[in-house]
Amino acid sequence: MTRLLDARNLRAAYRTQDGRLVRAVDDVSVHVDEGEVLGVAGESGCGKSTLGAILSLNVRSPLQVESGTLDIEGKRQDFGASAKIPRTWRGSVVSLLPQGAMNSISPTMRVRDLCFDVVRAHDRRARRSDALDRVRDRIADLGLPPRVLDAYPHQLSGGMKQRVVTVISTLLNPRLLIADEPTSALDVSSQRALIEMLKEMLEQKIMAGVIFVTHDLPVLRTVSDRIAVMYAGKIVEVADAGDLVDRPRHPYSAALLSSVLVPEPRYRTMRVKGIPGAPPNLLDPPPGCRFHPRCGLAMPQCHTDEPPTDGTELRYSACHWSAQHPGESVPVEAATRDELDGGEPLDRAGEPVALAGDGTGVGR
Amino acid sequence: MTAAQTSTRPQRSGGKELFVAQQLTKTFGRGRRTVDAVKAVDFTVVEGDITTIVGESGSGKSTLARMVLGLLPITSGTLTFEGRDVTHLRGAARRAYWRDVQAVFQDPFAAFNQFFTVRRLLERSLRLLGDARDGRQRMEEALAHVGFAAADVLDRYPHELSGGQRQRVMIARALMMRPKVLVADEATSMLDASLRVNVLNVLTDLRDELDMTILFITHDIGQACYIADRVMVLEHGVLVEQGPAEDVIFRPQQEYTQRLLADVPKLHQLPDPGPAGSAAVAST
Ligand SMILES: Nc1ncnc2c1ncn2[C@@H]1O[C@H](COP(=O)(O)OP(=O)(O)OP(=O)(O)O)[C@@H](O)[C@H]1O
Ligand SMILES: Nc1ncnc2c1ncn2[C@@H]1O[C@H](COP(=O)(O)OP(=O)(O)OP(=O)(O)O)[C@@H](O)[C@H]1O
Ligand code: SF4
Ligand SMILES: [Mg+2]
Ligand SMILES: [Mg+2]
Repeated sequence: MTRLLDARNLRAAYRTQDGRLVRAVDDVSVHVDEGEVLGVAGESGCGKSTLGAILSLNVRSPLQVESGTLDIEGKRQDFGASAKIPRTWRGSVVSLLPQGAMNSISPTMRVRDLCFDVVRAHDRRARRSDALDRVRDRIADLGLPPRVLDAYPHQLSGGMKQRVVTVISTLLNPRLLIADEPTSALDVSSQRALIEMLKEMLEQKIMAGVIFVTHDLPVLRTVSDRIAVMYAGKIVEVADAGDLVDRPRHPYSAALLSSVLVPEPRYRTMRVKGIPGAPPNLLDPPPGCRFHPRCGLAMPQCHTDEPPTDGTELRYSACHWSAQHPGESVPVEAATRDELDGGEPLDRAGEPVALAGDGTGVGR
Repeated sequence: MTAAQTSTRPQRSGGKELFVAQQLTKTFGRGRRTVDAVKAVDFTVVEGDITTIVGESGSGKSTLARMVLGLLPITSGTLTFEGRDVTHLRGAARRAYWRDVQAVFQDPFAAFNQFFTVRRLLERSLRLLGDARDGRQRMEEALAHVGFAAADVLDRYPHELSGGQRQRVMIARALMMRPKVLVADEATSMLDASLRVNVLNVLTDLRDELDMTILFITHDIGQACYIADRVMVLEHGVLVEQGPAEDVIFRPQQEYTQRLLADVPKLHQLPDPGPAGSAAVAST
């Protein structure tokens, strides 16, 4: 199997105005093989979008890559400010669909003109009719009515806009698509249409791989082959999609799963509490395992020692508990605790600050 | 752990009818370009209920919400609020209506001016209503409802708050007006699962403690199942089914509703055991 993307030991940080570093990606290694969909999950503020920006070479100040390597189709990529990326590379080799792109589409252009602009920026000789044929096909694939082509963004519903930006991000048939929360505004059948379109493009080898970033685990289970779970800048667990959801080995993955709401009778009468507290401020993450203040299985060494990695590249968990229970899955009910140390009420604003969504590269 | 049984969910309804909509219709555009976004919809919203509107993307949920909020002219039909006709409100009457009916929208990031502190954001909304007198007290009260101590958040900038915290600030902003109704259009869809239940719990507490009426718009049946007392199902602008949440979600009559439910991605392949296994702990 050919390796499409291979990232090793990436470290990247935002430099704050007073010169401190927010390390949003900390020693992350991931790979995507040809034909594969890699899912990236985790709570708000855990570094998912930052990772997406790095893997698509959209690193801009105040974000800096400090170390690590990235190979795409066997070619070593350069992150430096001086890195020369050919104009046509973005969008056609790797295409990033940024989080929230649906809210930043140009309000003054019709969808058809937006789409043609994207194609022409890549290929000056592109013919309008050819470009629009492709747009029309994809719009139909996603279950959108043809009138969407002539509409201005404000005439579209939230989910329609979200599908339009997906169409735009796949127009140039990129080798690798990095889609950051492309389904948050979509109902299940629109989600399914989008997932099917992406899978179809992979099958026909129009695209070679997809990195699908979302905090929606049920969607990831349907769309991805493997899932990587991120917490506080690190990947804490990697597994086959089904395995991760059914047999999580990291307490954080189990905790994430326990917050998911599904339409079953028992959810009518129970109070789901979510994971207590919030992810740490990455200016000053806790020592040892970063999840320890919120973990129901934390042991003394979790407070001080960086957790070891148990498993293989394709299936691992970075956790002291996992290391002591190799191959075992976490009992879901044990993964979180009722309150943080000190018995502080969890919902107060004193919770560790998590700065969400600012690193998404979306113009607002 | 994360799940707790509350043995009885207070049986709701029987309250008074707050909204009555008859043949409510919205048509966009003219001639060939006409879009019938909402078609002759009849419904009532009962005081103290969480009424959820579900339906596929483009089915008219936001359009319906914006008509109820007086943000979009109603093409035809009538809407009453507490027995008064509010179909075509303008000027001062509309501003007065907005004291009673407040909104929280989808994007907790877009709604913030990044250079304003939370205090400034909240003060500005108070001033827009010309109501700064007991402002400080209202602010503290509203922030307390969403689980914040005022001193902890008032001087923060938006980038210093998480997505869930921001959305709670937006709810607090709406609550400051002491509204009778809160309209939440996809207010939780951009939040991660953990923050989402947090905000949904805030909404159910508002209903239980303040008897707040909530119109909750979502494309996610899982969320509707968790918080709704009543569910309305829209298909291409037509209200195809409505009723108590248990009936609509677990015994849907319409094929469209059945399909919406069948499509929900299954998290686990095997049927789940009891309420989150042995996870349940008592909660207050
Ligand atoms: N410009 C910035 N300056 C400082 N810190 C930043 C900046 N942008 C992002 N961050 C921080 O980097 C961390 C990771 O942010 P990122 O946007 O990658 O998270 P995410 O996992 O995508 O979250 P979400 O689910 O909310 O989109 C967060 O803690 C955030 O506060
Ligand atoms: N200003 C407008 N001009 C023309 N058509 C519009 C306008 N606003 C909405 N529409 C159309 O009305 C229909 C319903 O849109 P609405 O935003 O109410 O859907 P929705 O149910 O909220 O969908 P979503 O879940 O995607 O947000 C859509 O077909 C949309 O294109
Ligand atoms: S058991 Fe320890 S290492 Fe594992 S997640 Fe919990 S705190 Fe971290
Ligand atoms: Mg993000
Ligand atoms: Mg909408």
